[in-house]
Amino acid sequence: MKRLILCLCGMLAISAAEAMEIRQFDDPAKEERYETLIKDLRCLVCQNQSLAESDAELAKDLRTEVYNIIQSGKSSEEAVRFLTERYGDFVLYRPPFKRITLLLWLGPFLLLAGGAVFLWKQARRRAAAAQQDATLSAEERRRLQQLKDRFQG
Amino acid sequence: MPIERNPTVTSHMRFAIPLVIFILLVVLLGVGLTLDPREVPSPLIGKPAPAFSLPEVAAADRTLSLEQLKGQVFLLNVWASWCVSCRQEHPVLVDFAKRGIVPIYGLNYKDTRNDALAWLKRFGDPYRASVFDEDGKTGIDWGVYGVPETFLVDKHGVIRYKQTGPVTHEDLENKILPLIRELQGAA
Repeated sequence: MKRLILCLCGMLAISAAEAMEIRQFDDPAKEERYETLIKDLRCLVCQNQSLAESDAELAKDLRTEVYNIIQSGKSSEEAVRFLTERYGDFVLYRPPFKRITLLLWLGPFLLLAGGAVFLWKQARRRAAAAQQDATLSAEERRRLQQLKDRFQG
Repeated sequence: MPIERNPTVTSHMRFAIPLVIFILLVVLLGVGLTLDPREVPSPLIGKPAPAFSLPEVAAADRTLSLEQLKGQVFLLNVWASWCVSCRQEHPVLVDFAKRGIVPIYGLNYKDTRNDALAWLKRFGDPYRASVFDEDGKTGIDWGVYGVPETFLVDKHGVIRYKQTGPVTHEDLENKILPLIRELQGAA
């Protein structure tokens, strides 16, 4: 079993390595920018893979485009713009913060705030209920006194 | 502050809250199931079509550019001989071309000239002309990611509609044709 898992992991490593062609950069900083970029861009053919991971023909072509842009000394933003102008924000694994992505970005915080308010209200209600239970009515106090008298007496 | 509690109402509420959440989730996921994740809205709709100037498939020495196509409403169909769904779509285009409503131009995407020509000979040629995009650069400019794709371009060279995947008779009749008529009627 261990062997099998090891073997499968090995295959994964090979396929991941195969998706990438060797690129020559005149500046290691450019190479780093290129590597970061293609990990953050989505392949449109196999949508759950980044450009870096995908073996699709289109992914290869788009990697070449990104490489040419970076290698020619242009900024990462320019490479991103090249892709979003053609394929839309969908290519970005980190969608930009705009009106239609408002809920996407703020949703988790809204949920968190909602949960906090709910908990706070719940806690207050419980506290109020506990306090109410703690104060006895005149009738209850009379009965308590009766019981006390009976046991003590 | 005395808290008046009707025990039956509260227990009903308690039962209802998870149920409501569950129903909301089911509705949300249900809507999600009906959406096609492969359909990525093109940012090019409503924008000028990306320029190209490419050799024709039929004759390498003849070039066709977007400029030459302006002034008319036309369809641009992205196709390739290696593309399986194109084969499914092709008879629809051949039929539609016969009706002569609107010219169809082809963008032959990442193909070889021989394969493309053989394919047209075998299945029929609905295109007024097909341009040869060997390295797929024009395809990328047009945001092509899944052949076949079909674009509807208006008289001013603005992309008005895009379909990813094969065009069916229903798509033509219900979506594309009404839009073509509208665009042809416009100034």
